[in-house]
Amino acid sequence: MTSTEPKITPELIAEHGLKPDEYQRILTLIGREPSFTELGIFSAMWNEHCSYKSSRLHLRGLPTKAPWVIQGPGENAGVIDIGDGQAAVFKMESHNHPSYIEPYQGAGTGVGGILRDVFTMGARPIAALNALRFGDPKHPRTRHLVAGVVAGIGGYGNSFGVPTVGGLVGFHTRYDGNNLVNAMAVGLADADKIFYAKATGVGLPVVYLGSKTGRDGIHGATMASAEFGEGAEEKRPTVQVGDPFAEKLLLEACLEIMEAGCVVAIQDMGAAGLTCSAVEMGAKGDLGIELDLDRLPCREEGMSAYEMMLSESQERMLMVIAPGKEEQAEAIFLKWGLDFAIVGYTTDNLRFVVKHKGEIKADLPIKELGDEAPLYDRPWVETPKQQRIDPASLEITATLPGALERLIGSPDFASKRWIWEQYDHLILNNTVQRPGGDSAVVRVGEGPKGLALTCDVTPRYCEADPFEGGKQAVAEAWRNITAVGGKPLALTDNLNFGNPEKPEIMGQLVGCLRGIGAAALALDFPVVSGNVSLYNETNGRGILPTPTIGGVGVVDDIEKTATLAFKAGGEAIFVIGETTGWLGQSAFLAEILNREEGAPPPVDLELERKNGDFVRSLIEADLVTAVHDVSDGGLLVAITEMAMASGIGASLLAPEDGINPFAYWFGEDQARYVVTVASGEKAQVLRQAEAAGVTIAKIGGTGGDRLNIPGERPLVIDTLRERNEAWLPIYMGAGLM
Amino acid sequence: MKAAVILFPGSNREGDVASALKHVTGVTPSIVWHADTDLPAGTDLVVLPGGFSYGDYLRCGAIAARAAIMDAVRAHAARGGLVLGICNGFQILCESGLLPGVLVRNARLRFVCREALLKVERTDTPFTRRYAKGAIVRYPVAHGEGNYTADTETLKRLEGEGRVAFRYVMADGKRDDTQVLNGAANSIAGIVSEKLNVLGLMPHPENHVDPLLGPTDGRALFESIAGVLERA
Repeated sequence: MTSTEPKITPELIAEHGLKPDEYQRILTLIGREPSFTELGIFSAMWNEHCSYKSSRLHLRGLPTKAPWVIQGPGENAGVIDIGDGQAAVFKMESHNHPSYIEPYQGAGTGVGGILRDVFTMGARPIAALNALRFGDPKHPRTRHLVAGVVAGIGGYGNSFGVPTVGGLVGFHTRYDGNNLVNAMAVGLADADKIFYAKATGVGLPVVYLGSKTGRDGIHGATMASAEFGEGAEEKRPTVQVGDPFAEKLLLEACLEIMEAGCVVAIQDMGAAGLTCSAVEMGAKGDLGIELDLDRLPCREEGMSAYEMMLSESQERMLMVIAPGKEEQAEAIFLKWGLDFAIVGYTTDNLRFVVKHKGEIKADLPIKELGDEAPLYDRPWVETPKQQRIDPASLEITATLPGALERLIGSPDFASKRWIWEQYDHLILNNTVQRPGGDSAVVRVGEGPKGLALTCDVTPRYCEADPFEGGKQAVAEAWRNITAVGGKPLALTDNLNFGNPEKPEIMGQLVGCLRGIGAAALALDFPVVSGNVSLYNETNGRGILPTPTIGGVGVVDDIEKTATLAFKAGGEAIFVIGETTGWLGQSAFLAEILNREEGAPPPVDLELERKNGDFVRSLIEADLVTAVHDVSDGGLLVAITEMAMASGIGASLLAPEDGINPFAYWFGEDQARYVVTVASGEKAQVLRQAEAAGVTIAKIGGTGGDRLNIPGERPLVIDTLRERNEAWLPIYMGAGLM
Repeated sequence: MKAAVILFPGSNREGDVASALKHVTGVTPSIVWHADTDLPAGTDLVVLPGGFSYGDYLRCGAIAARAAIMDAVRAHAARGGLVLGICNGFQILCESGLLPGVLVRNARLRFVCREALLKVERTDTPFTRRYAKGAIVRYPVAHGEGNYTADTETLKRLEGEGRVAFRYVMADGKRDDTQVLNGAANSIAGIVSEKLNVLGLMPHPENHVDPLLGPTDGRALFESIAGVLERA
């Protein structure tokens, strides 16, 4: 090994994010001091982002199996059978730290990374979604981050050519120093043509494909595994730069060589770049890998082995090519104008060997690099339970109409049109339900099948009670798919938390995972892929626990999906599910009374299932004209959203005596849906509800152009909509256009 | 009718327009690679699809306009053959000299994907004859650089010769150049060549042909083309 490389010192080890005991583990494992390049490789493989060392133990408890699951967690993306020989391939992944440091490139490469995960498996991406969390709108950096992240997501997805069809956006002061960018991609493949990272065969060429390697993104994964302090902006050089054009070419070239039968194994170069992809391909296939870095296509001159191994340059792939197919594969890549280079071979000695300029820069046991990564059972404490809020104890000076107006004009509820209009949500000509509904619906192939897609989580609930919050995130995703008429099939989870070395944060992670697991099991909604993002802290203050759930469901006939807009006047409005008036951790409490307090609404999973199955049966039987799930904001916000989407008003009935009207209209009891029913079908719907044992109550009727709440001033729907549409464009300084 | 859709590296709406053509006219177009030098024999209609050819890192459409296949497209247009350029295709037509003017960055500097209202200004072109004169139609737009501009002389000539085929209008059906979604001069959404056989437009008729996905105002454009070519 060369003597010009830096000496391994305790400082250098610390700079690589390795703790002293972790370094000791390396010494024990290899029986000598690592070279500089080897230290970099360990740092890349053993950081939180790649090794899941804090979360792995608890992730094991998640249900990941179902008869329709083809591939669960552990591959580039999850794969589920959607019938007719087709498979949906999907995953959600965070790009939080980079997006805070450099929002445009950080968010864009987040999209690029997740798209690559999906097409690495042989699937053509058909939809993208994203879940974004920003700090307080009053924080001086928030506007800049919103503008940059949204432009970055659009810039990448629009050029690549995938419709961005849905997602969620929220604001809270706890994200002031750590915004969240969780990007999800969904692809379509033939169920019997899925590609994996596992290499097979000794002496086969390891091929490098795509863009050239530069110095960008070195230590990106290590950066993403640390807290921010002052000067986070100085980490800009660790953020990668995206090239959606190169990714589009890479997509087409990869699918073409897969179709041509050239590919034995494939792994994209994402976090920790060449290191992680090469090690995974070898380790999964019980093979060694030998790389010759002299053959690596580089964009810059004089790059060291260390830099090449740790670069996170984007739009790159590593493949093992089938014997005798090298020339055919190369011709396809050259046609698309991409680099193609044989950079190594598979070996039978289970070593990961890296050569550069005639020297061996690394020689490490390949299996142990992954398998022997530290695994921590970190101490954790349960989040203390909070009391149930008694609505009678609240001093409410607001009026019902006044509170509603404020809520729908507040940052979390305001229309996100300004954002999703920057995303091409129509490309590919399959978008059946566009952004703004409960779930997006995209057609599969020529139809009639479709996929229902959603992203959900209520961080306030998770903070107050991680277990119930975790359950609720899954239940809401399940409910949103149900509300359009879809059958929920599987989910991907993107777990965003603070510093796991703090027992209370670890307690949030453990609690949320248990809740997610319980709900996924009860609802037959297994976890097939996911990502963990920890250390979302700045100056010691963590984000709200945010386990984003991305749900995928199948719609048998896209002509029969339900939408939330009222369809006509003179129809009955029903609420399905129990309304008890649960105000703890509600949006009403937070936004109107400025109190984020109390126990969040409990989630009765059996009831979720019963009510949801009932709603789906109504949609299938064409008995309902509009459907909307009731989530944060409660009943009145749900009804208002249905009215605003249609321009049709509603007259509501007074709640039964004995319930506080604010709790009734703004309470966030779970397992509820609002549906509208044409007059001829009312009796039938009530009969079926009774037969199914489902609670249903008439709460009003549609008609007119106003929202009439008994005893209150009427609200003009157009005015409500203007209010709902106004906040974001005005905040972004863009005017109403 | 024989149709060809040109595929440049970075094109991404070729499938949308191909499926719309098939959906409306029953014709499956051939996909022609940018590096080819000839169109398939007997091609009646050439489509330059939407997308980000060559990444559009330089001026949009500037590199595609110099692709090998474009000489054949220019020759096809010179023979009076139909050429339809949508979005990036419109940008390529401008860059290749087949249409005047240029598409620059949207006035609000943001990509915009939404339904736009358009007035069909001419119904005597091969692309618009199935529309009623003055009809207001709804096509979506999806572009970051759709702000049509040209020098005053050119604009005057275009207007004088009645070569504006589509114009953005407001909800009241009237144009408002101060409010137009991308800042386009004279609210121009689409223009035709002197001989009316080349149409460039920013909005996407191909995304509005299937009732399942939304409005179907784009159908008549493809029906117009098919009708003209059947009679030919």
